[in-house]
Amino acid sequence: MSSRFKILLLLTPALFVICVLFLGGLGLGLARSFNYMPVIGLTEPSFHAYIAVFTNPEFYQSLGLSLYISITSTVISTVLAVACALLLRESFAGKRTVTFLFQLNLTIPHVVGAVAMLFLLSQSGFLARIGYLFGIIDQPSEFPEMIYDDYAIGIILQYVWKETPFIGLIALAILQSMGDDYESVARSLGANRWQRLFYVIIPLITPGVMRACIVAFAFTFGAFEVPYLIGKTYPTVLPVLAYQSYTDVDLTLRPEAMAMALVIALISTILIVAYLRVSRRFVRFD
Amino acid sequence: MVLAGLREVAAEGGSRALWRRRSLWRWLAIGLLLTWLILPLVPLVIWSFSFSWFFPSTLPSRWGMRAWEYAFSPTASVLPALWDTIVIAGGTVFLSLLIGVPAGRALGLHVFRGKRIVEFLVIAPTIVPPLAVVLGIHVVFIRLGLADTVIGVILVHLIPVLPYVTLVMTGVFANYDPEFEDQARSLGAGWVRTIWYVMLPAIFPGLMVAGLFAFLISWSQYVITLLIGGGQVQTLPLLLYSFARSGDNALTGALSVIFILPGLLMLLLTSRFLTGRNQVIGGIGR
Repeated sequence: MSSRFKILLLLTPALFVICVLFLGGLGLGLARSFNYMPVIGLTEPSFHAYIAVFTNPEFYQSLGLSLYISITSTVISTVLAVACALLLRESFAGKRTVTFLFQLNLTIPHVVGAVAMLFLLSQSGFLARIGYLFGIIDQPSEFPEMIYDDYAIGIILQYVWKETPFIGLIALAILQSMGDDYESVARSLGANRWQRLFYVIIPLITPGVMRACIVAFAFTFGAFEVPYLIGKTYPTVLPVLAYQSYTDVDLTLRPEAMAMALVIALISTILIVAYLRVSRRFVRFD
Repeated sequence: MVLAGLREVAAEGGSRALWRRRSLWRWLAIGLLLTWLILPLVPLVIWSFSFSWFFPSTLPSRWGMRAWEYAFSPTASVLPALWDTIVIAGGTVFLSLLIGVPAGRALGLHVFRGKRIVEFLVIAPTIVPPLAVVLGIHVVFIRLGLADTVIGVILVHLIPVLPYVTLVMTGVFANYDPEFEDQARSLGAGWVRTIWYVMLPAIFPGLMVAGLFAFLISWSQYVITLLIGGGQVQTLPLLLYSFARSGDNALTGALSVIFILPGLLMLLLTSRFLTGRNQVIGGIGR
């Protein structure tokens, strides 16, 4: 058995699944978005769905909200994650507990995270009750709105809660595999604490952290469950809008749902390309 | 230059007050981090043991096991949902390992033409949200009779799960020495015995990690189960959302705790394998 044939044999099942389910799903969505699906009698492709989507103000509101949520939560998570990684790199009592909690957080499904934020942040939630206990508020309406609110604060906090440990553990792994050598050299050349941070540590961890960021951004951009539970109904994020159009009683909205799903997929694809470019351009330490 | 380094060391280590202030800040940061990681989980647990808990009470006015008793009563829908979730996650783990291990072997051990394209195809589903793909698949699944079935749900769970299994196994096989197999073969072992006695024991820890990731990713899927299961396949996350929306906080809390437990258990079992060395850890809890 030649080696090439063997490699092909090993890869076939996985490629079959990815091509049929993943690419097939995208391809069918694409066909449906052009209202082209011969099996159900649609043989005239058209741009109607795209015209409808791109002239619908709600689409732009949802796109804007999705981008706002993803960008805000990714930026906050990244800054906190790098700070946490720098903190966790040093040794202190209880370090194992903190690291364990970081890992535990990764295993918690976003669905549960959303419920947790609902119980914690709603106007009669746990924090509001603690606020009452300390005499800061007298009634629920005095507590700031963070669930179903205009600024999607609950959603962003949930993502930050979940993504900080994710990016943080990757940053920590890079820091640990990097060792102290670079910093020692910088120190011996007279670099102070901040110079070492900005000119040595941050440039070195950037490629790995960037890739983690892209994964986190892509996830939050395409995620459904958190805004579905604790987000405003109007405007809502793009994945929820696509889902609502798809499950609407009006079946003619389905091509529009597909068009929106493909816009989500397209933005994600741009991210994959960015991801691969980032991976190749920088020296890899992980 | 050496002098500058020494001066820096002296400046950093010399001032005790500065050192103490820094350590105080660090403890404050660690305290905040711990609170932020644990706080959102606290109301979930308290709610699950509450009987009545109205604003503004900080703790329930009456505690009780109502939610837990209901969750485990034979008439409630929780146990069947738990069973369905386990069957689906188990099936997804089995299939994804069966398909992902050979693919990981090809990618980890061999260099071949078109490898970049294969890598791109494997990474793509980790970035493109499954919702965008599953909307397109739905029509075909209805035609094939796979919609509203457990098998259909397992198949769509493969889309987000398989890439992570393949990526973990690629990493495992990159550190695997196939020479041992040649030796076994030269001693007269057939390929079944070679796989069973040589390859499997060597990759076992990696196989465990990949399997656990696969389990957790499948375990927490929400929207694709909702679409393909069509309400006929009730998994825990679906049930959790309907409880959360109905406003039964005690039951929602209990279900959330049940939902977190497998992840916690698995983390305790595998934390020594988890190093956060690659982006794969991001897959869990998605």
